[in-house]
Amino acid sequence: MSTTNDSAVRANIGAMEAKSSEALNAQRIAIKNVDFYYGTNKALKGINLNLPDRQVTGMIGPSGCGKSTLLRVLNRMYDLYPGQRAEGEVMMDGENILSPDVDLNQLRSRIGMVFQKPTPFPMSIYDNIAFGVKLHEKLSKSAMDERVEWSLTRAALWGEVKDRLQASAMGMSGGQQQRLCIARTIATRPEVILFDEPTSALDPISTLKIEELIDELKHDFTIAIVTHNMQQAARCADQVAFFYLGELVEVGTATQMFTAPREKRTQEYITGRFG
Amino acid sequence: MANDAEHIVKSYEIELNRLRGLIADMGGMVEHQVADACDAVVNRNTEAATQAVAQDPKVDEAEREIEQFVIRLLALRQPVAGDLRQIVSSLKITSDLERIGDYAANVAKRSVVLQQFTLPYTLTGLGHMSRLVQENLKRVIDAAGVGDADEALEVWRADEPIDQIYNALFRELITYMMEDPRNITPCTHLLFIAKNLERIGDHATNIAETVYYAVTGQPLLGARPKGDTSAYAVVRPGQD
Repeated sequence: MSTTNDSAVRANIGAMEAKSSEALNAQRIAIKNVDFYYGTNKALKGINLNLPDRQVTGMIGPSGCGKSTLLRVLNRMYDLYPGQRAEGEVMMDGENILSPDVDLNQLRSRIGMVFQKPTPFPMSIYDNIAFGVKLHEKLSKSAMDERVEWSLTRAALWGEVKDRLQASAMGMSGGQQQRLCIARTIATRPEVILFDEPTSALDPISTLKIEELIDELKHDFTIAIVTHNMQQAARCADQVAFFYLGELVEVGTATQMFTAPREKRTQEYITGRFG
Repeated sequence: MANDAEHIVKSYEIELNRLRGLIADMGGMVEHQVADACDAVVNRNTEAATQAVAQDPKVDEAEREIEQFVIRLLALRQPVAGDLRQIVSSLKITSDLERIGDYAANVAKRSVVLQQFTLPYTLTGLGHMSRLVQENLKRVIDAAGVGDADEALEVWRADEPIDQIYNALFRELITYMMEDPRNITPCTHLLFIAKNLERIGDHATNIAETVYYAVTGQPLLGARPKGDTSAYAVVRPGQD
């Protein structure tokens, strides 16, 4: 009797096994040891998180966990309110954007934000886009026309509104208004876009359109999205961060987080066992 | 990661428990079927053979029921994390159990043919193999029921001795066939029976891998401990 060692066969099978690790890009924003206070109430505790370049980071967690607070830290929205302060560092392009020296107007043109409810200005569709651009750039009429068209096209809205640019934005549907807000945000050509529950006020089809848009936009922008919809985080995000009681409990690729989370609290939250 | 806490939606928790119950029931059916098939061969028990064969359509029906239930859970609950792993694993386990049932039925059918022959040798080796296979099957079904990854790992490691007995039986049976051509019919059936038992062991190993992944979220990496070398075996007259 002779036998052939099957280790060669095994080696081949091993080589064929697909490696399913998804790569995250290099960081665009590095959040380092960030604490945040609403007065004396500590809402964020030692957050360390990288936002990978031109990818989507989904932030999930129960209400009051600090995810929206972190989003507000990233474009210094809290500066508008006395008694709110952040400690630690948020590094972007070698600069700490939490530093008092940072020009906030410039920062907010680099880090745009889209809110839960569509907030169009009570003016024409065209002016909704042009308004923000004018604050930062002096453009000729034709250059502005071009910028408006580019923004509306990127926001997948151009086809629907190109014949009524002078109509009031208030007459648009909720989903259209939200895409207009996205167009307005990208019109200043930011590097990072923050979405704070951008679809919670929209119907399912409008929601899918926004999700498709986020998928498109991530080719050019680094995106962070806060969502209460776990499936949305699973669909949209490359990286998912789970927050609880002001702490970052776990961060990983969307696949890892939704198939095999490491932390028990993540597992219990995303499967609907607490929160 | 096993879920200690209960799901907020009670009906979902009930469904997940029902899925566990269905797998346990099907596991029990198949365990019984394999026990009957082994009894039929080793103890020449015709009644047991009949039962093992009769059990097969019920096992197939159980598989269909679990499949439908899993599809429903996937569609309506959109499970994630540990729930997702449990549900998808159930689908895989049920498919392995169904194959085990087929092999058991095949063993039982061959046992009936073997009754017509007077065997000039004992079935001790086959009896030993059948005990190991049944033990692994029982252990892995229990591990699936309670989500015991360590036990699953033990079963995964315990398949190798079964393969080794199979290799020995393979050579032994070929030797009997060379000694006397009248042995060819019963020995061929015994060879298939041994092969079927060996395959049952492999499916138990599959289930062990599935349970391990479902519980830990990590695939069992590395080559599985395999010992079936009969595919390369050459036994010639006049040689060892």
